[in-house]
Parts: sequence; structure tokens; C-alpha cells
Amino acid sequence: MSLEILWFCIVALFFTGYLFLEGFDFGVGMLLPVLGRNDTERRVLINTIGPVWDGNEVWLIVGGGAMFAAFPGWYASLFSGAYVPLLVLLVALIGRGVAFEYRGKVDSPRWRRTWDRVIIIGSWVATLGVGMVIATTVLGLPLDAHGNRVGSPFEAFRWDTMLGSLGVAGFALVHGAAFLSLKTAGELRERARLLAIRIMPVAMLPIVALLLLVQLREGSLWTLVMLAVTAVAAVVAWLKLLANRDGQAFAALALVVVGAVVVLFGSLYPNVLPSTLDAANSLTVEGVSSSPYTLKVMTWVAAFGAPAVLVYQSWTYWVFRKRISVRNIPPVHTP
Amino acid sequence: MDVLQLARWQFGITTVYHFLMVPLTIGLSVLVAGMQTAWVRTGNDRYYKMTKFWGKLLLVNFAMGVVTGIVQEFQFGMNWNSYSRFVGDVFGAPLAMEGLVAFFVESTFLGLWIFGWDRLSKKAHLACAWAFSLATMASAYFILAANSWMQHPVGVELVDGRPTMKSIWAVLTNSTALAAIPHTIAGAFSVAAAFLVGIGGWHLWRRRDEHRGVWRASLRLGGWTGVVAFVVLLVTGDMQGKLMFEQQPMKMAAAEALCHTEQPASFSIIAIGDVGSQNCEDVKTFNVPALLSFLAHNDFSTQVQGVEDLITQYQEKYGTNYPDDPALGELAGKPIDYTPSLPVTYWGFRLMIGLGAISAGIGVLALWLTRRDRIPDSKWFPRMVLLGMATPFLANSAGWIFTEMGRQPFVVVPNPTGVDGVWMFTAEAVSRISAGEVWVSLITLTTVYAALAIVEVFLMNKYVRGGIAGVLPPEKPKQDAESGETSDDDALTFAY
Repeated sequence: MSLEILWFCIVALFFTGYLFLEGFDFGVGMLLPVLGRNDTERRVLINTIGPVWDGNEVWLIVGGGAMFAAFPGWYASLFSGAYVPLLVLLVALIGRGVAFEYRGKVDSPRWRRTWDRVIIIGSWVATLGVGMVIATTVLGLPLDAHGNRVGSPFEAFRWDTMLGSLGVAGFALVHGAAFLSLKTAGELRERARLLAIRIMPVAMLPIVALLLLVQLREGSLWTLVMLAVTAVAAVVAWLKLLANRDGQAFAALALVVVGAVVVLFGSLYPNVLPSTLDAANSLTVEGVSSSPYTLKVMTWVAAFGAPAVLVYQSWTYWVFRKRISVRNIPPVHTP
Repeated sequence: MDVLQLARWQFGITTVYHFLMVPLTIGLSVLVAGMQTAWVRTGNDRYYKMTKFWGKLLLVNFAMGVVTGIVQEFQFGMNWNSYSRFVGDVFGAPLAMEGLVAFFVESTFLGLWIFGWDRLSKKAHLACAWAFSLATMASAYFILAANSWMQHPVGVELVDGRPTMKSIWAVLTNSTALAAIPHTIAGAFSVAAAFLVGIGGWHLWRRRDEHRGVWRASLRLGGWTGVVAFVVLLVTGDMQGKLMFEQQPMKMAAAEALCHTEQPASFSIIAIGDVGSQNCEDVKTFNVPALLSFLAHNDFSTQVQGVEDLITQYQEKYGTNYPDDPALGELAGKPIDYTPSLPVTYWGFRLMIGLGAISAGIGVLALWLTRRDRIPDSKWFPRMVLLGMATPFLANSAGWIFTEMGRQPFVVVPNPTGVDGVWMFTAEAVSRISAGEVWVSLITLTTVYAALAIVEVFLMNKYVRGGIAGVLPPEKPKQDAESGETSDDDALTFAY
């Protein structure tokens, strides 16, 4: 396997990690008003991701950094081409990150309500933004021969990229509910599980529709196999939730993420960002990759860095593995 | 304004804002890890309270540092896509390494530190604090290596008109980076030091609570840290000046607003009049003879080139006019202005040095006034130390504005002893997008940042006033020092 293909896979890996980990982070934020009926319950929900949300978000930053290092042309064209969705995503991530840290710092209902709103809106908007950016890189932008977007700033807003937004948002809702069912105890857990079961048949439709669309336009036989695996994994997740098997349902949802990313990126290859104007302008893995030396250096860094990240992030999840419920939440204490 | 102007303003505003949080995080995280180490080793309750109090302020600040950092990571591709394509082969590597080696460690171990007070053994918990604080320094190393490459590109060859990395070792051991990194880290420590002196000094002066020992220890730690940091700043600043003399003569000349080549060159202390004026004779400066020659080359008779002579040299080497490329917008075919903004570079340089010195001076004075067991009575004491908190922040900003604006009109400055062709004008680096898009992002980000700045200052103020009582959970019987044993208690020690 050439280094270019390896790095295409590594970038896909970072996006898999990001969608899996921040998927439930977003879901928890989106479900805050639905599942959290009072302040203590909302604090339970937020604290299921309390120690880990920041580390989860770094997957996006490193995914972007890996794109920059291995495929500078991809990074440059996608980020300037999908300018408006990215800006919206950034503002949502800013608000959300600050809200987690600041929500409990002042003991006032109005203060908490405000930051709750920032978490909820930020999570929804960020999810829709991530979905749109990923769908855009698979479905393409009107690029000229230099890789610059031609046309209006809203070229990324199309019905098919919005299907990506809805797809990721729907998945994040299910994933978040399934995660909460795994991480909370008592009444809250039962509520999360029932919600996941109830919304899943509808919430997963957009992502399935997006994968089918991509499969029809660009897919090959092996991506079709992965599409089938994804669909089966989703059904298994649903059945496991019904059977009260939180852990297995969560594992099945992990397989859904892996399958979906493989279908999307597998159909995309050998392009990294197609041009909707002229196929000759499409950015390809070979065309925009860094030099062999740079890729070699980065491969060494990733070979040592990435496994270490997996080890210590897994350890974090192990340290905070206990389920939490309303009785674990300490009283608010601020100066 | 066109896209170029807007994109420059946006990068400037977002970076300066980001760099208000960054130095405090770097400096304070190491000092807090030190406080916690002292607590774990001695069992002295005073160090536990210090860790808790300063750790809380660290967290309030860190949240803002993280979210403003995400913008920086994407802004290269959004606003500077031609730059990203041109330099991606070298510039992307340190950025990706920073993410993989530093950001992951920082974010993961900070989460463990915040929530792990009763989930981890004392030593494991302390190790998390060190992992976090060392990772903040590692991330500074990588990002400064990337920035230094723009100031002094090394380790590359030109392939198909683009710089291609030849040696990552050369990029990571760039002489510019090796001087910039200790200078920046020392600047970060001076920020944290002034923070400890200011807040610790204010609490000590108020004599409000029984935690006087905590405030005295904080103040004295801050004072000594500030003194050591200032010595490092002087030494590394001098190293940087000598490198600048060789690598970026125009920045050196601009720092002094030196019109004509001088031998020996004098160092201007202060100027009266507009240093940016076209007519050099309009400006009166107070000079120390031959000092600039010494700063540049360690000898009192070195020739230092002036702006006007350098312009001629640059025009010969890099052309007199921008290419007549419509992509350059208003600048296409126009003459190239090789002079950085002289008022900004001249005054930025002086503010950096002056404010840095004032900051260190306040630290020394505070140490003197609190010698032995003294507690100052004067109402000037709290004013001095609280105002002193602003000085290193301003000095850091001034230093960075000088560094970055001193390299204009280049975004990648040509290396005088490097490979031909490895340089780029800022005008060529900007994305080919509409000015409307950049207007929207500039206004949005500036507004959001301004609102969040108010929130952060409000929270900081609240926690500073709350003192030790505000950061210790009062209802827990084991509040003095957590046992560190695995807890089966119902309540978590900390929850958002």
C-alpha cells in the first residue's frame, strides 16, 4: 500500500474516531432538554461526558491537522470552499466548549438556563455542520482548475449535503441516547433507553439515505457490502437496546460509524474532493498529497502517537466507568 | 477593505485574543503542578489550598484557550488557502504533530485531573497534572517551530515551485525556533508570575481570612518566578535579536525605525514624532551610541543596515512590482512596499521591553515589601500589584505583534542563506473567496470573543474574590486533604 493511500485511511480513521466519540457528546447535548427534566438530571447528563468531551473534540482538530500535513490541497480547498458551514461549526463548538466549563460556575437559575441553551443549540448546530462538511467532501464542490470554489458562498448548502447534516444529527441522537443508557442509572437510564428505541427507526433514515445516495453515485461492490454491514449493525443495535443490553448496543453503533465512514470514504477514493464542474478539476489522493518524505515522517509519528492516544483515552473511560445518577451529583458550590 | 486586509485583521485579532489565554495556561499549569507536588511530598495543607485555588483559575482560563485555538487550526485553510497549498508539505507536519503529541495529552489528562481527585491515587493524580502542564509546553514547541519556519524557512528544497520538506530535524531545530521557544515560555511564566503576585498580594494586603500563609506563599512564588523569567527573557531576547540581524535585517531596521545604514549603529530609546514618516529628518530620537551594533553582533562597531538601503536590495532580489495577476486584486501590478509598518514595529518593540521590565520590577518590589513576615499597609500596594497583572499580557501581545508585523509584506520570509524561491508575499497567500465571507467571519468571531472575554473576566473576578473558601467543598468532612483512597461515597467530588 502506498503512503498516500495509507494516509487517506488515517484521515478516514480520525473522522471515524471523531464521529464515534463526539457523536454521543453531541447527542447528549441535543437531548439535554428532552431527558433532563430538572437541573440535577441535566447535570447527570452533562457529567456523563464531563471528563472526556475535550479529548473527544481533539479528534476533529487532529483530523484537520492530518489533512493539512498529508493532503494540503484537500485541506485548503475544502476549508475555504465550505467556508460558511465551517464558520457556523466553529462558533457552535466555541459556545459549547465554554458552556460545559462555565455552566456550574455561578449559582443562579438564569445563568444555568443560558448556558444550557448554548449547549443545546451548540450541539445541534455543530452536528448539522459536521454532517454538512463531511457530505460536502464526498459529494463535491464547484472547483476550478486551481481547486478554488467558484460561485456563491452557499455552494455547500444543497439538498444532498443537507442529507449529510440530517444523517449525522439523527445518528448522534440515537448514539447519545444509547450512550446515556450505558452511563446513567435509575429512572434516567430507562428513559434514555426507551427514547433510543423509539426514535431510532426514524432517526437513522437520513444516514441510510445518504449512504444509499453515495453508493448509487460512486459506490462499488465492496462499499455495497459495507453498506449492508452498516444496516445490519443498526438493526442489531436496536434489538440489543430492546433486549436491555446497553454495552452490546453501543458496540453495534460503533460498527455503524465504521461502516458509514468506510462507505463514504471508500466511494470517495481516489478523489478527496470532487469538482461538480468538471471531473478533471477533482482533487485526488495522488494529486494533492504531500511529498513521500513528509508522509514518511508523519507515518512514524502516527505509528507511535495514535496507539498511545488510544491506550490513554481508553484508560480515561475505564477510570470513569461507573454509571452515574442523581444521587451522585454533589450540591452546587460557588463563591 | 479587500479580502487581504480583512483576512489579516481577522488573523491578527483571533491570534492576539488566543494568546491572552495561552501564556497564562502554560505558566500557571506548571506552577499548579509544582504546588500539587509540594502538597503530595510534604502533606502541608497550605499547598493543597494553593493547588485548588490557582487550579480553579487555570480551568476558567483554559476553557477559553481551547475554543479559541480550534479557530486557529482551521483558519489557515479558510482564509489562507494559497498559503496552505504552498507550504503544506512542511507547515502541516508540526501542526499535526502538535495535535497528536500535545493536544490529545492535554485534553485527556486535564479531564482526569479535574474529575479524578477521588478516582485516582494521589500520585497518579499528580502525574496527570504534570502530563497536562508538560503537554502545554510541548504544544508551544511545535507551533513555534511552525511559526519560526515562516520567519526563517529551513530544511526544504524547491520542487515544482513548492517547498518540499527535506529534513524534519532541520525544521524542528531551526535556530529561530530554538530562540523563540524559551523566549515565549519565559513570557508565559512572567504572565503567571504577575498573576500570583497580583492576586496573592491583594489578598495578603486585605488580611481578610485565615489563609494568609497561602497568599504569602503564592506572592513569593510569583515574585521569584517573575525574576527568573525576566532573566531568561533578556538572554533569549538578545539571542533573537542577533538572529534577526542575520535572518531578517528588515525587521531589525524596522524595530529601530533606522532609515539609513549606520556604522556603528545607535539604539533608539524613544522617539518624538511620527516614526513612519517618509522624511527621516522629521523624527527626533534619543539614542545610546553603538548599542544597536552590540545587540546585533556583540561588537560595538558592526554596520546595521537601514530601511532605505534594504528596500533597494529587496527590489533587486524580489522585484519592484507584484505580478500582474488578477488573483492579487487591488495589488496586481502595483509596486511592492517592503517596509513593515514602522510605528507598529518601533513602538511594539519598545512596549514589549518596557512593560516586561516594569512587570519584573513590580515582582521584585513586592518581594521586598513582603520580606520576612511583613504585610504592606499602603493602599498603593494593591493598586501596583493588580495593575502589574496587565503588564506581561501587554508585553506578550506587543512582542508578537512586532514579530508578525515586522515580517510584512512576506508571509514566508526569504531566508538569506536558504533555498532560492522559498518565500511568499502575504498578498499571494490569501484565499480566493469573497470579501463578504471574511467580513461575516471577522464580525462574528470578534463579537463572540468580546462577549466571552467579558464572561471570563467576570468569572475570574468572582473566584478571585471568593478566595480559598470559594474553591473548597465545605460540606465534606475530609475537605482538608482528600484521602486519595478509592471512594465509595455517593457524591462525586466534582461535577460540572
